[in-house]
Amino acid sequence: MKKSTMLGLLVLVIRRDLILAMRRRADVLTTLVFFVMVVSLFPLGVGPELSMLRKMAPGVLWVAALLASMLSLGRLFLADYLDGTLEQMMLAPQSLSMLVLGKMTAHWMVSGLPLVLMAPVLGLQFDMAGQALGVLIIGLLLGTPILSMIGAIGAALTLGLRGGGVLLSLLVLPLCIPVLIFGAGAVEAISSGLSIVSHLSLLGAMLVLALVFTPWVTAHALRISME
Amino acid sequence: MLEVSNLACSRGDHQLFCGLNFSLNPGQIMQVQGANGSGKTSLLRTLCGFLMPDEGDIIWRGESTRELDEDYYAELLYLGHLNAIKDELSALENLRISAGLSGIELEEKEAIAALRRMGLRGREQLPTKVLSQGQRRRVALARLLVTDAKLWILDEPLTALDVGAVELIQDLIAEHLARQGMVIFTTHQPLSVAGIEMRTLSLS
Repeated sequence: MKKSTMLGLLVLVIRRDLILAMRRRADVLTTLVFFVMVVSLFPLGVGPELSMLRKMAPGVLWVAALLASMLSLGRLFLADYLDGTLEQMMLAPQSLSMLVLGKMTAHWMVSGLPLVLMAPVLGLQFDMAGQALGVLIIGLLLGTPILSMIGAIGAALTLGLRGGGVLLSLLVLPLCIPVLIFGAGAVEAISSGLSIVSHLSLLGAMLVLALVFTPWVTAHALRISME
Repeated sequence: MLEVSNLACSRGDHQLFCGLNFSLNPGQIMQVQGANGSGKTSLLRTLCGFLMPDEGDIIWRGESTRELDEDYYAELLYLGHLNAIKDELSALENLRISAGLSGIELEEKEAIAALRRMGLRGREQLPTKVLSQGQRRRVALARLLVTDAKLWILDEPLTALDVGAVELIQDLIAEHLARQGMVIFTTHQPLSVAGIEMRTLSLS
């Protein structure tokens, strides 16, 4: 019997959650299909005027990504809570924050990354320019992990509550506003020929901050929810 | 090794127990007794640190468990009412993952051997959702075979098990005690370990 290291544990949790996601594919697909549907409804509703579509594209894509990532948050800890795995995670000889970081990473790979990959295709519906699409992808790559991480705090706090799903959105959405502003702002900036550096560096800074603090906060929230 | 002094615990407004004192040394086993709702599970969960006691201390190797945290968890194995088993994963995957969470990297051979000893030969690769309640419990209990934890805290380990499995669990507990391990458990079924004095703690 070998002792596992902290990194080994992180990899174990990510692998486990990815295997589970592959065996429950419906959950993964709902997020992606929701994103595609919401974004596709706008051109149909607003009409085919290209200049208007181009103008609203970054906002629409970002809001849709934000709402889609809310969908799967409720399930982030729920299954582990109900079957007792979360108890065992708390008794792990490594820090709970590390396990939480693993779960966040897996959650992003399953629900955030597909949105990032799908976004350029949807952007074409709005006649977005190539450069703007590039900035959109970079913004989403920096921003969607923050959404997963902030969302995890909310998911941990509302764990085991009835009607937790709605409460979760109400808690988390206001906290995600900065990500939305800078993410959509970067695309608007490049479209109007301004510099995108400030927007993206702020997103990057938020990502680093979230990486450091959210696993720790989430771990504490989980311990409170377990009492 | 494990000392509990003046422990008090309540759920909501209702006090479950107070002024609880006991100690457990290597090679000893203790059964927590009491009617339904008398606080057996709450006591075990308090010992694991899931619940904060209202007052009192839990001392492990001379230090409070609140300060030890991860050092204490490395020596603790807890099996609760919930099996911590995923329906989508096979028995083998479940065992390897739960061992991994408790800090042990398990080779496939070792995991298969443990599952076979638990009477699950031929079912190692099946998703656990097709197993019966008792077989799932056996998958969860297979962790007892692959752990090096010193203190076992078992909450109703015998639920859903047949006679053969109960005997097997008794053997495992006897082996663990012979290795200077410690066991605290609750059960409503008779459980006896040959040659070892069973201490009891009654909650009322």
